[in-house]
Amino acid sequence: MTAVEQQVPDLTSQENRFGIKPKRAGGADERLAAANWFTKLLRRPEAGAAGGLVATIVIFALLPGAANLYSLQGAMTFLTLSAELGIIATATALLIIAGEFDLSIGSMIGFAGVVIGLTVRELGFPLWGGIASAFAVAVLVGYLNGLIVVRTRLPSFIVTLASLFILRGLSIAITRAVTGRTQIPYILDDVPDPATAGLFNGHVFTGFFRWMAAQGWIAARSDGIPFVTGIPASIVWWLAITAAAGYVLTQTRYGNWIFATGGDQEVARNVGVPVGRVKISLFICTACAATLLATIQVMEAGSADTTRGLLKEFEAIIAAVIGGVLLTGGYGTVYGVLFGSLIFGLVQMGIFYTGIDTDWFKVFLGLVILAAVLVNTYIRTKALGGGRSR
Amino acid sequence: MSALVPAMELSGVSVNFGSVKALQDIDIKVYPGEVHCLLGDNGAGKSTLIKVLSGVHRPSRGQILVDGRPVAFRNPREAQAMGVATVFQDLGMIPLMSITRNFFLGREPTRSSLPFSRMDKERANSVAKQAMADIGIDVRDPTQAVGTLSGGERQSVAIARAVHFGAKVLILDEPTSALGVHQAAMVLKFIIEARMRGLAVIFISHNIHHAYPVGDTFTLLNRGRNRGTYAKSDISRDEVVSIMSGGEDLKVVEAEIEALLASIAAQRPAAAL
Ligand SMILES: Nc1ncnc2c1ncn2[C@@H]1O[C@H](COP(=O)(O)OP(=O)(O)OP(=O)(O)O)[C@@H](O)[C@H]1O
Ligand SMILES: [Mg+2]
Repeated sequence: MTAVEQQVPDLTSQENRFGIKPKRAGGADERLAAANWFTKLLRRPEAGAAGGLVATIVIFALLPGAANLYSLQGAMTFLTLSAELGIIATATALLIIAGEFDLSIGSMIGFAGVVIGLTVRELGFPLWGGIASAFAVAVLVGYLNGLIVVRTRLPSFIVTLASLFILRGLSIAITRAVTGRTQIPYILDDVPDPATAGLFNGHVFTGFFRWMAAQGWIAARSDGIPFVTGIPASIVWWLAITAAAGYVLTQTRYGNWIFATGGDQEVARNVGVPVGRVKISLFICTACAATLLATIQVMEAGSADTTRGLLKEFEAIIAAVIGGVLLTGGYGTVYGVLFGSLIFGLVQMGIFYTGIDTDWFKVFLGLVILAAVLVNTYIRTKALGGGRSR
Repeated sequence: MSALVPAMELSGVSVNFGSVKALQDIDIKVYPGEVHCLLGDNGAGKSTLIKVLSGVHRPSRGQILVDGRPVAFRNPREAQAMGVATVFQDLGMIPLMSITRNFFLGREPTRSSLPFSRMDKERANSVAKQAMADIGIDVRDPTQAVGTLSGGERQSVAIARAVHFGAKVLILDEPTSALGVHQAAMVLKFIIEARMRGLAVIFISHNIHHAYPVGDTFTLLNRGRNRGTYAKSDISRDEVVSIMSGGEDLKVVEAEIEALLASIAAQRPAAAL
């Protein structure tokens, strides 16, 4: 018992007697099991969605119609579908991670289209003015949604369900009162503004695609113009938004606040996170994402329709959940949502090309949601080290 | 000490939750360079009091003063900005987030002051790991989720965080309840160090071996009221113990336990037959 006799305890001899490693002894930590790269990959929240995407790609490659689906034209079609969903799903995911839902985005898509249509056609706004008005309205709608949720502490599910009906009702009622119809055609015709419209319905890399057609690499019409003229602006918007949201969520303090707000809002508030501001700003984001999608659709169609965006809020939530976002908040990634949106677009087009009755799409969707939620729960327990209980 | 201005002061503060009167007419002064122990039974209102000081609850009546000036905290962030750092009884941790993210939550270090500037993760990780090492917890991996830590480890993260950020007032609500011998000793050492640096420390503990040695001043809370503030020289250890137990005479309880044990011991041989 030399350690007891000495004034300063000799840690090495203690270690001999009790087998205790002194604190701060340095060296590799023997308590950390070396996780191999595969386990690490599986622990990432987007792992389930990435696996699901690979499986979906393989399944449709084996089904009839694969040649069409995976042609350049087919790919552009499903990527455009994915992009349009991805734009709203990314914003939705951030909001779900912060612990709230926005069921009003579908109606916001219709409403924003109506705002653009009416301001341009009836009030004579320039196109950019109409689009700016739609975004201003979106900021207001998002702010009000957020403010009501934060102030009343009512579930956002209920508050935005109310907005869902209010916005859809307003869209139809106002349009019918002003024009007598439920559609607003010829928005791009009176005062053409191709520069502004091109931001939303244009294509990028058109030169490159023409060059590829000239080389005979991609299909072209007899006049040399390729069938696929370039990458649609919607895909560019989608990727840009995903990259920006991914950066904000994982790299900035605001992202840290989003996770904390969804993790436990009381705790987050107590340690100094401005929970109310975080939520309100994210409700503004979802409304603006819906408006961006509405603008893209109006620019492509040249018209606005009061029924646009029906049920889009659920598609956005589904894409987020498939992407590994926890419905209860506090956990998820933006890149998973990218995969979730890809799965969604791929399946929608894939079922079309295989000739399967498209009614089956909904059945499939339901099964995918169930599977995704099960996988998410499993991955969440993995993230917490495999423990069963929380 | 009386010539000093209190770092923080509550004057005539009452807190009501609906019909529940959690605090009534509380006056308390906390001076820089002083460890102020809050004593009281379960439900006496200790946590409610420190939540008022931390900006979580707004007083229904009365005033909060910082350095002698009245303030009205609208939220905990404003209290933090005035240099108040708190370890809450429920710790204030988000289980699904990493040690580092929890450590810096609300006070994230960024590379520049631009709105969406990148967090300095390397620095954050090393600071968090070092702060935990200082308290005697050897963190495996600062990116580990807090939900996977042991209760004592989690408590240590909360304490390390408050000690790291405490600028003027350090509030600890039962910080040592889940700690090992070594870690509890480190926390007491931190409290003394913070006092020497001139911080005002508010310390809540049900453990006489933790509270009495470090405390300079003891305030007794009972049923939401302040029953008196005493300097250490004016109050004996045994008196503190009796206050902590809510006025209940521990000797009586101990005698009851003795009797119970004796009756069990008497039944043993009978049960064996
Ligand atoms: N948000 C609240 N709503 C209603 N009553 C509350 C609330 N917070 C605290 N109380 C009540 O106020 C009283 C004081 O609670 P408090 O948490 O301050 O006690 P405490 O002294 O910290 O006790 P403990 O030693 O158990 O931590 C309790 O009776 C409690 O039920
Ligand atoms: Mg308490």
